[in-house]
Amino acid sequence: MEKRDVIIVGGGPAGLAAAVELHNKGITDILILEREKHLGGILRQCIHDGFGLTRFRTTLSGPEYAQRFIDEVVEKKIPYRTDTTVLEVSPDKVVTVASREGLVQYQARAVILTMGCRERTRGALAIPGERPTGVFTAGVAQAYMNLYNRMPAKEVVILGSGDIGMIMARRLTLEGAHVQAVFEIQPIPSGLPRNIEQCLNDYNIPLYLSHTVTDVHGGSRLTGVTISRVDEHLRPIPGTEKEYACDTLILSVGLIPENELSLDAGVKLDNRTKGAIVDEHFQTNVEGIFVAGNVLHVHDLVDFVSMEAERLADSAAEYIKHGSLPECPVEIVTDGNIGHTIPQKISGSQDVTLSMRVRSLIKNCRIVVKQNGEEIASKKMKKALPAEMIQIPVKAEKINGTQKLEVSVEC
Amino acid sequence: MKHLYDVLIVGGGMVGSAIARELSRYQLKIGVLEKNLDVCYETSGRNSAVVHGGFAYDEGTLKARLCVEGNQMMGDLAEELDFPFLRCGKVLVGNTEEDMATLKRTLIQGEKNGSRGLEIIDEDRLHELVPAAVGKFAMYSPNSGILDPFQYTIALAENAHENGVEYYFDHQVTGIAREEDGTYRISTIQGDFQCRWVVNAAGLGCGKISDMLGIRGYKIIGSKGDYIILDKRTGPLLPMPVYPVPSNTYMGIHVTNTIDGNVTVGPNADMVDDFEYYGALQKNIDYLAESASRIWPHINRADYIRNYSGILPKWVDDNGTIQDFKIEIRDDLAPHAITLVGIESPGLTAAVPIARYAINLMKEREELKENPDFNPRRKGIVRFAEQSKEEQARLIKENPDYGEVICRCEKVTRAEILEAIHNPLGVSTMVGVKYRTRSMMGRCQGGYCQMRLEQMIEEELGKKETEVLYARQGSQVIMGKVREEE
Repeated sequence: MEKRDVIIVGGGPAGLAAAVELHNKGITDILILEREKHLGGILRQCIHDGFGLTRFRTTLSGPEYAQRFIDEVVEKKIPYRTDTTVLEVSPDKVVTVASREGLVQYQARAVILTMGCRERTRGALAIPGERPTGVFTAGVAQAYMNLYNRMPAKEVVILGSGDIGMIMARRLTLEGAHVQAVFEIQPIPSGLPRNIEQCLNDYNIPLYLSHTVTDVHGGSRLTGVTISRVDEHLRPIPGTEKEYACDTLILSVGLIPENELSLDAGVKLDNRTKGAIVDEHFQTNVEGIFVAGNVLHVHDLVDFVSMEAERLADSAAEYIKHGSLPECPVEIVTDGNIGHTIPQKISGSQDVTLSMRVRSLIKNCRIVVKQNGEEIASKKMKKALPAEMIQIPVKAEKINGTQKLEVSVEC
Repeated sequence: MKHLYDVLIVGGGMVGSAIARELSRYQLKIGVLEKNLDVCYETSGRNSAVVHGGFAYDEGTLKARLCVEGNQMMGDLAEELDFPFLRCGKVLVGNTEEDMATLKRTLIQGEKNGSRGLEIIDEDRLHELVPAAVGKFAMYSPNSGILDPFQYTIALAENAHENGVEYYFDHQVTGIAREEDGTYRISTIQGDFQCRWVVNAAGLGCGKISDMLGIRGYKIIGSKGDYIILDKRTGPLLPMPVYPVPSNTYMGIHVTNTIDGNVTVGPNADMVDDFEYYGALQKNIDYLAESASRIWPHINRADYIRNYSGILPKWVDDNGTIQDFKIEIRDDLAPHAITLVGIESPGLTAAVPIARYAINLMKEREELKENPDFNPRRKGIVRFAEQSKEEQARLIKENPDYGEVICRCEKVTRAEILEAIHNPLGVSTMVGVKYRTRSMMGRCQGGYCQMRLEQMIEEELGKKETEVLYARQGSQVIMGKVREEE
């Protein structure tokens, strides 16, 4: 069995950033495993711009952003394999892969899981009605258009105001399709304000909040959808149904971290994030298995994915050098306004950045981190949106002992 | 006009295909006229996929007799035709005295029908069998089982085809006329066919085809049921189907483990007369989960991956009472025409015995010569995901296409998809590939692989992007190119 210090599962933004940073820290016995023909992950199909503002202080398209990391991987001669699917990661870090070259097993000292996420589907939502073709998740429509040169739509309705859905509203419009409207079941948009501005408002595509699809028509190709208004409990209001004739329904209704390999490896997941429970080293409950990026929790910006993966890599490098990492006995709990934090556990002996999202729109508030009732970090927010990830740095010197940290919103 | 057939079978579902396969044991020229683009788009592919024990039907009925026969032969058939079947058993759970009385009656009826091994078990034994089932007691049927309804139907059809049966897809029958020479002229949307014998195995269309044959008066109603499919993570919690106590005509909403490790929840039973509409109502989906949670409390929305609906064709009398299977030749009205009416549940279990019963009616009227070349065996597509690591390594070494995983959730490889695209029946839809390989059937529902599948169908079959169909006629996936390639 071949041995590697670090195996990275997934050559998307998180995996690439982790590889480059590991190399910077002197860990060179790395192997990136990518199932697609090329490195870059989902960024390859994200041909719009707006990537890199935080990480590189310039606006890049998805492929350009990915290329910056791919260039470094190539320059540093970091080994990678494309067209290679990981079939299994075992708790003792044996990684089984399949490719045209054969079935191969690697024994790794550390495994970094960066598989990203998948889209929530119509089936997962159990949207009623018939099941014609023409109902696509936004990412599938994006892949058809940007990677396969295939136009999947003419007359379009979009359900869900996720970022990819809004980006696809613009993309479809630019390529000659007619996007009638975007419907969002929640009373607030789920995507970023800049996408509402640049992808919907600029193209006169209306966004209807508190609306959802309550029926789907067509035995072959989609012929139309029924849209209903919903009440404050998100239940459709009878009598508000309206028919929209269309051949395509695009769904942008959420992303789910892709953790099937993690579960097989014995990694425990957080019910709230659907990603792993990690400590400040981004290490899971299985020693030597690390997780970052969208497989850990769904991010708003790829820049944060890269930066998170780089922090992970720093810890993984320490792990390879010393064979273990400091214990993380300090738990972090949240109030009802904050869904969760990443990480969920810290050591208390080094500075950390807590990532989180609010669960609903909150104005003029402070997000406060307390220990033993004492405030140790905070962030003032004029407007906190669930669409945006919030990051709060906590200084090690402020942390006292192993008492849990409590994160809450104060207005 | 196509040449003269000895037998034309209208309908290529599991019953039509079972008849085709069983008839191919004889020296006959046989064709199957199927209105859809594959063999399992309707009732055959839209059901609970349970192989029944035969206890639920009145003594002396064809349903009871043919079901028990079908159950007993299913293991051998699965081996012969290489489709997945598991004799996992099944429990009917109850709580009240009335439930107990019904289960005891069911057991006695089952024993009279010849269903073997039935027993009433207590709560402890129930929990040994299915730890998660909820009930104070149960009836246990050890010989019930599950199979893959797509592969089962496809296996029957492919074996029939290998033995010379011709399949005509997209051939909806529009009329049947009896010529002076006693042959039948069957008109389809793609031209006329001529045959000496007609078999009406049209499932939901059996009433219409009977009318065309001049046998009028069969009243067929549809019993439409919705199902929810749960993620494979739930599979280990359900080692066998769990049913409630049945009523006279309805088995109730149950949870069923699928042969691939998912769980299905359903069906409700709405009486319908539209046999083309497979839409699911929100209230039904909600009701399924609520109802089935009482017998198996592991139904969570987070595990939903898809829902589907199916319609059972039920033959009813004037009072609306559901009748037995009707398999007959009306020499007075339509000689040389075998009519199968109301083939609903347990049609899946009983398909081959139904076929043999029908063929016996034919044999009473015509001597059939054995086909010495008949080969009862058929080989399915080898599934990479189901092999041991050693076998996977061997497969890739032999054919590198096994090393290319196209469907990530179900780990379906390029080799399997290529074999499915070039299937013996010539089916070219995306769902055709799905049914044959499980690609697009996993938790991401084709989010990762459907573009690849679409592209492979274009490339392998030389189709334009606008010609690739998802399932039915008119189900174009792609509207055109974004840019014309230079």
